[in-house]
Parts: sequence; structure tokens; C-alpha cells
Amino acid sequence: MAKDLLFEIGLEEVPARFLRAAMEQLKEKTVQWLEQSRLSHGAVEASATPRRLSVLVQDVAEKQDDVEEEVKGPSRKIAQDENGNWSKAALGFARGQGVDPEQFTFKELNGVEYIYVTKSSTGVDTASILAEGLLGILSSMNFPKNMRWGSYDYKFVRPIRWLVAMFGSDVIDLEVTGVKSGNVTRGHRFLGTEAVLSDASEYREALRSQHVIVDVKERENMILEQIGKLAQEKNWKIAIKDDLLEEVLFLVETPTVLFGTFDPSFLNIPQEVLITSMREHQRYFPVLDEQGKLLPFFVTVRNGDDRSLDVIAKGNEKVLRARLSDAKFFYDEDQKLEIKDALSKLESIVFHEELGTVGDKVRRIRKIADQLGEALQISGTEQEYVSRAADICKFDLVTQMVYEFPELQGVMGEDYARKAGENEAVAKAVFEHYQPRSASDDLPASLVGSIISIADKIDTIVGCFSIGIIPTGSQDPYALRRQSQGIVQILLAKQMPLTLSQIFGIAIDVHAQFREMKRQGSEIRKDLEEFFGLRVKKLLSENLRYDVVDAVIAAGFDDVMSIVSRGDALMNAVEGGDEFKTTVESFNRVSNLAAKASKAAVSESLLQEEAEKELHAAWLQVQKPYSTALEQRDGAKALGILGELKPAITNFFDAVMVMAEDEKVRANRLGLLAQIDQGLKQFADFNKLVW
Amino acid sequence: MNFQQMILTLQQFWAAQNCIIVNPYDTEKGAGTMNPMTFLRSLGPEPWKVAYVEPSRRPSDGRYGENPNRLYQHHQFQVIIKPSPDNIQELYLESLKALGVDALHHDIRFVEDNWENPSLGCAGLGWEVWLDGMEITQFTYFQQVGGIETHPVSVEITYGMERLASYIQEKENVFDLEWVDGITYGDVFHQPEYEHSKYTFEVSDVKMLFTLFNMYEQEAKKAMDQNLVFPAYDYVLKCSHTFNLLDARGAISVTERTGYITRVRNLARQVAATYVEEREKLGFPLLKKGGDL
Repeated sequence: MAKDLLFEIGLEEVPARFLRAAMEQLKEKTVQWLEQSRLSHGAVEASATPRRLSVLVQDVAEKQDDVEEEVKGPSRKIAQDENGNWSKAALGFARGQGVDPEQFTFKELNGVEYIYVTKSSTGVDTASILAEGLLGILSSMNFPKNMRWGSYDYKFVRPIRWLVAMFGSDVIDLEVTGVKSGNVTRGHRFLGTEAVLSDASEYREALRSQHVIVDVKERENMILEQIGKLAQEKNWKIAIKDDLLEEVLFLVETPTVLFGTFDPSFLNIPQEVLITSMREHQRYFPVLDEQGKLLPFFVTVRNGDDRSLDVIAKGNEKVLRARLSDAKFFYDEDQKLEIKDALSKLESIVFHEELGTVGDKVRRIRKIADQLGEALQISGTEQEYVSRAADICKFDLVTQMVYEFPELQGVMGEDYARKAGENEAVAKAVFEHYQPRSASDDLPASLVGSIISIADKIDTIVGCFSIGIIPTGSQDPYALRRQSQGIVQILLAKQMPLTLSQIFGIAIDVHAQFREMKRQGSEIRKDLEEFFGLRVKKLLSENLRYDVVDAVIAAGFDDVMSIVSRGDALMNAVEGGDEFKTTVESFNRVSNLAAKASKAAVSESLLQEEAEKELHAAWLQVQKPYSTALEQRDGAKALGILGELKPAITNFFDAVMVMAEDEKVRANRLGLLAQIDQGLKQFADFNKLVW
Repeated sequence: MNFQQMILTLQQFWAAQNCIIVNPYDTEKGAGTMNPMTFLRSLGPEPWKVAYVEPSRRPSDGRYGENPNRLYQHHQFQVIIKPSPDNIQELYLESLKALGVDALHHDIRFVEDNWENPSLGCAGLGWEVWLDGMEITQFTYFQQVGGIETHPVSVEITYGMERLASYIQEKENVFDLEWVDGITYGDVFHQPEYEHSKYTFEVSDVKMLFTLFNMYEQEAKKAMDQNLVFPAYDYVLKCSHTFNLLDARGAISVTERTGYITRVRNLARQVAATYVEEREKLGFPLLKKGGDL
């Protein structure tokens, strides 16, 4: 026999951003407990609204499964003396297990005999263990932030106001912070009342009748459906951003979509500003026309039914009007600020105590960017744009708009720079230098923007590394991982022939020119290499097998374009079939023996056998085209050339006895293999491939 | 409902919940939380229920009376109950009903907002309450006050009176709000708004303000030497307001800022700790009177 189990934690409004994870956690912990308790069960569904977290488990067994368990005791040697009398240790074990020594059995484990007892426990009634189990689940819940309330010491995400704990039709008695469990849940705060459940299985429908759509997916569908209908009716495009939908979803128990309007004159303000203000401050969905142009409407989701929607729309319009008036005020005021005055204000904004002000940072970015431009041999005009863009890239940080909406940094800078008459390439770079702002963000489109972006990021990374701020575990307050990844992505996307060590060198030198460095440049460089190595590895792993990644990384990752090209070529070859496998086997034979060589030198006069002369000749022949292919970062070509060595290698091992008697001949043969091995290792460590 | 009726309604409502109704504190402050009726009384084990209007000065928000939404000084209606009662959200929603806001015909939400006042070493968790998209109330469970973990926990409800009134009276401009029949908010407060803004941004004597800050700090310390908590706290408030004036004037650089905030916070912490000690010496008198005040 089985019954449904319901556990609902009634709470004051839980932060929307915590709810999905909390709901999943509740489910996980419940399943874990059921399994530990040997309770068979059916489907487990967790749900969450702002005021509740719940889990409903179908068909939970009314009794635990019976179990037989073997417990291992001391070894026979310790347990019994020569006469077969039980030792103290054995008697203690028996006492501890609650059995008579008569019940001991012996069994061998790894050649030693041990005593064992077999304990069978009969499953107890589920009802008798539920209260303790549910309390355990409740108090083991983790949230990013907990609080205390009233006079209780208990900590939870928000105050607990009611508990429903039912097994079938029975209430499981629990009490926490003065709240006793029952079979009464609470409906929508305004539309509903309490609902008494006569069985756990009634949960969802009972709440539905009290205007709570407890299922998250169902609420999401309701919102999307209503938005879709509105969009169709009005011929609008309603921009649904996933994270906003997610938040709104957890702010309502009964969702009703409504729209409002704002004065079209606000549309003179850049669209991003209006959208940010609507989204961030008000959780509204912006409305666009077919061409993606913002329309003077907004869509919001009310927590309730369709009563008095006009009043609510009017109220929201009033709030938005005040918000947009503020935005307009900031926008107009900001344009009165000249860029040069804004720049001088950067001198008083501390970037980091030890790394100086934002003004200091900008001067470093300028130097780094200029040198990157030189290394890339960009044109004189481009170099001018780079310098100017570097100088002004942070000026919008002191504008009121960015103060109000930090996420508009760069966006406002681009707009204001253009309005102030800056060159288009410079204005664009002011925005682009922040890209990529997240893992999924676009990369800078222009060359100038890319250079400033790299300069800004490497300045931060080197700065932080130079004062010992190196990300560990989950600690990465300056998002250095994302920034280093951004640099690598840009190098690849823009096909920039820059090595990481070149970039490190420039940035470390520039820092050393401007500030007293606490750490040695060489130490910083070592940490940077390790740090970027992991980023490159992560990036490669998105498309390549891990063994391919390991193999090419072993040959160095300083030149990221090269490593990607080598990685792709190797991946293709590895997936190409068995033919390549035998090629790699021949390479590995070379490498394995090469390890025995004391130096990678060949003396032609010591080459005796035909096959070894041939291999040497073959190697000499490919050397040049091989290094050219590597220089050109043409991984496929380089690998193809290496492949040409295979017959000569196979032939060599068939015909030549490497470990010859004559020490000199032997050393010479090993030297030849070591030379080839060095060549191979410029491409990859083929030994790391797994078949 | 005019502004005055709103205040009277809230006073009556919370008086009926056994809150003592006190009057605004007579030292300048940025928020009702800084009133000693909240800052000090939310410390220690003694139960406490209080409600009051607090005119709150935010010098940097001064707009010469030209902005329809921003003010040098606005009004908060503040409720503090310790320990926080189990039905506090329901009580709050009833108070809105008393103001004529029927939840069924509006959209009322509790949206996460964690509150912090670093210069007083205070932190709490709670929400901003939205009425049809407008933030009308801060609702906070104090977790830390003056650097001390609170136990029991006080709940603080802070109504933004101008915002609430602009909604209830359907006014776009704060100065058009009706204070009483025939007298607007502007009639009462426009001139001071203009003058305080002008003084704050153009006239104030920066050198004198710096000197005052130091003098107030010294005086607070002197009072603390004698365990005189309330006078010391008055000077902490004066330090805080003086700092706000200097900050609004742009006289404090970003780097110095943290230093000044730390100085105020250190004083506030000391005052908070000594307040609890002094109450303990008195035997926590309110504890003996039981739950309801």
C-alpha cells in the first residue's frame, strides 16, 4: 500500500532569484531522504511560488523495505585466543551490535578471516519516521542568504508562517519556530482563503481553487500565452528576456498580463536607457515594432486576476513617467558635461587602493593599447583612433546615467561620444571595449574596440595578479576568469597574430612604468601562464575531445590561433579513423625511445643502415615545410606533413636495431629519434591521445 | 485623503496595535531608522512597539524645489515592533486598507530588498513593497544594529509618505499634494526646499563643517567616556548630518569617504554596545512589564 506525501513550507515572500534553486533542492533532499530511509515511491514534483516551497511525492510506501545487513568485526586473530575463547574486542563488538557471540560467522577478506554478524532489520512504518525526516530536510535547506525573526534562533530564507505535512490523509506533526504543521494551506494573499486538504493528493487543485497556480511551468505557460495573445492582437513584438521572465514567474501566484503606455516624447532618449529603466527598475517587458524599434508601451504581469486592470495600468504608468523623467533629466544633464571634464573626474575615482584611480588605469590602458597596435602593425589612422578611444573609454563612468544604471557603462559612452563629435570608430570602441560582458555576449566587432578591450582586460588582470589577487575556487571578485577568456576569444575571432606572452610582457612593463611592483615580473608571468592555460583549455574543450586538448596544450598554448588550428586538425584526424591511429603509434614509438636519448643530435657519418638514412633524409625533407606550416598556423597542413614520415618511421623500426651494441651508433640513432620527437612535440604530445 | 489625514490614520492604526506614538526626534537625520527610538531601542532583549513620523533630510537629494519627485527633506512614517509579530505582513496590509488601498483592486507585491546602513552598522533583510509598480514602503527585519546581532529581531516598516500620498491623491508633483484642505505641500515646504538646496550646494561653509564634524565627534567621545549614551548618540547624528552636507557639497573625495563613514560607524557601535550595558544595569526594565507595552 502506498500514499502520497505532501510537504509545504509556507513563507513570507521569498526572493524570486532564490526560488528555482530552492525548489530543486527541496526535491533532491526529499528523494535522498526517501532513498536513505528505504522508502519506495513514485513521481516527485516540487513547486514554488513567492509564498511557498513544496514537494509532493506520489505513492510512498507505508513501510520501509526490510533489509539484511552484514557488519564486519575484528579479525579472527584478534577475536579469539588459541582456545577459541572470545576476546574483549569480540565481546565488545557483540555488545555494540546487540547480538550474542553465538551468532558470529567467519568470512575471509583479502586472505584474513574476520568475524561478521548478519543483522536483519524489519522496515518500520513510514508514518513513524516522517516527522523527523521532514524536519531534517527543512533544517538542511541552504539559501544564499538566511535571516532570523521574532525571538527565534532558527535561520531560514524568510519567516516560516505555516506548514502542511501530510501522508495520505494523515497530518504529520511537526513544529518549528512556533508553527505547527497541519492540513491547511493558504491561498492567494488577496484572492484566496485557507484551504483544508483531506488528502495530500488534493494539493494542487485545492490551491488552484484558491487562485494559486503552484506549478512553475504552468505559470510560465500562462504568462507566455497571455503575452503572445497581446502581441498578436496589437501586432507588437514583446521582448522577453529569460532572466526577467524567470523573476516575474516567481513574483506572482496568479499571473495576469497587462499593458500600459508612456509619452512618445521619451523615445528621444536612447532605446537602451528606456529598456534598462523598464526592465531593471520596474520588471516590465519592453514593446517593439516589427523592425525592433521601441514603441511607447510596456507589458507587466500582475499578481492577481483581471480586476481593475485600468487602475493598475494607470498606477504603473505614473511610476514609469517619474522614472523616465529622471532618465531624461540625467540624459540632458550628462550632455552638458564635456568629455575632458569627465576625464578629470576619473582622477578621484578609486579603481583599487593599490592600483590607483580610474585615471591611472586609463593611462595604462592607453600605453598598452598603443603597444598592441604597434605589434599588430595597424595603420596610422587606426593607431590614432586606438589612442583616442583608450583615452576616453571610461569617461562615462562619471555620468549620472551610468551612476543610476551601471549596466549602461559603455552604451552611454558611445552615445555621448558620438554626440560630442568623436570619430565613429572611437565612439564604437568606447562601447565595444567592455565586450564580451558575459560568456554569451558578443565580441567587439571593430579592430579598435578589440584592441582597447584586450588592453583594458589585461591591465586589470596583470594589476590584480601583481598584488596577489588571483582567482581561487569560487573567489573571483574582479571576474578575471571571464576577462581572460574574453581576451582569448578576441584573439581568435579577430585572428590576431599576437602571442599571450607578448601581451603579458607589454602589460607587465606598463604596470612597472607606472607603479611600484610588489611582485617580480617573472612570478606574475608564471601565474598568468597557468591561469590563461586553463582558459585556453576550457575554450578548446567546448569543441574538442579532452585527450586532443591535452595533447595540443602540451605543445604550448602561447599562440592561441596556432593551438586552435592544431587542435582542429588533430580532432579531425583522430575522428578520421584507424589509419591515423597507426600513424600516431609510429610517432609514439619515436617519442618513447627518444626519451632515452641524451641529446638530440645526429651525425650523418654514424648512420649505417639504409632505413635510418632514409628516415633522416625524410626528416630533413619535411623540416622546412613543417615549420613554415606551423608558422602560418596551418595545423592541417603541418599534421599532413608529419604524416608523411610514417612509412620511413615504420621502416626504420622494422629494419633497425636502435639499441645497438656500439654506444656511438646507439646514441646517434636515439639522437635522430629525439630530433624527430622535438618536431612532433611542436605540434602535440601524441602520447596523450586515448584510443 | 489629505496628507494630514494619512498621518493621523496611520497613528491611529498602529496605536490600536499597542504601539506608543512618539513625536519626531529633534536632531537632523537622514532616516527614521536613525531616531534613537529605533536605533537604540531595537537593541537588547526588551520588547518595544513604537510609531512616529520622521522628517528625514537627504541633502544630496535637494533639487531647489524644482523636481516633482525629489526632496531635500521627506517624511517617513516609521513603525518598530520587537519581537516581530507573526502576523506583521497582514497588519501592514490592513494599514493600507485603512488608507483606502484595497488590495483586490491593486497589485501589491513584496519585492526583495535588503537594507543596509553602513555608517550605523545596520543591516536587515526584507522587501520594498510595491503598489502598482511604485515602491511605497520599506519592510525590514533588523539582523544587525550598531554592529550587534539583534535578538529578538525587530521588524521595521517605513512608509514613504510623499509617494504614498501622490498615489492616493493622484498627484504628479509632490508640491501639489494636499496637506489639509486648501493648503498644499508646496505651501508648507517649497521655500525651505529651495533655501536648503541653495544653502547645501552653494552657501555652506565647508571649512566650518569639517571643524564641526571633528567637534561633534570629540563631544560624542566625551559623553561616551561617562557612559552617557543618549547625548553621545545625538552627537553621532550630528556627525552623520554634517557628513551628508559635506558629501552633497562634493567636499569629500571617494577615498576620504570611507574614512568618514568608518568614524561615524565606530562611534555608533560604541554607543550601541554601551546602551545595551546600561539597560542591563537597569535590569532591562521593559522586560519585566511583559509582552505588551
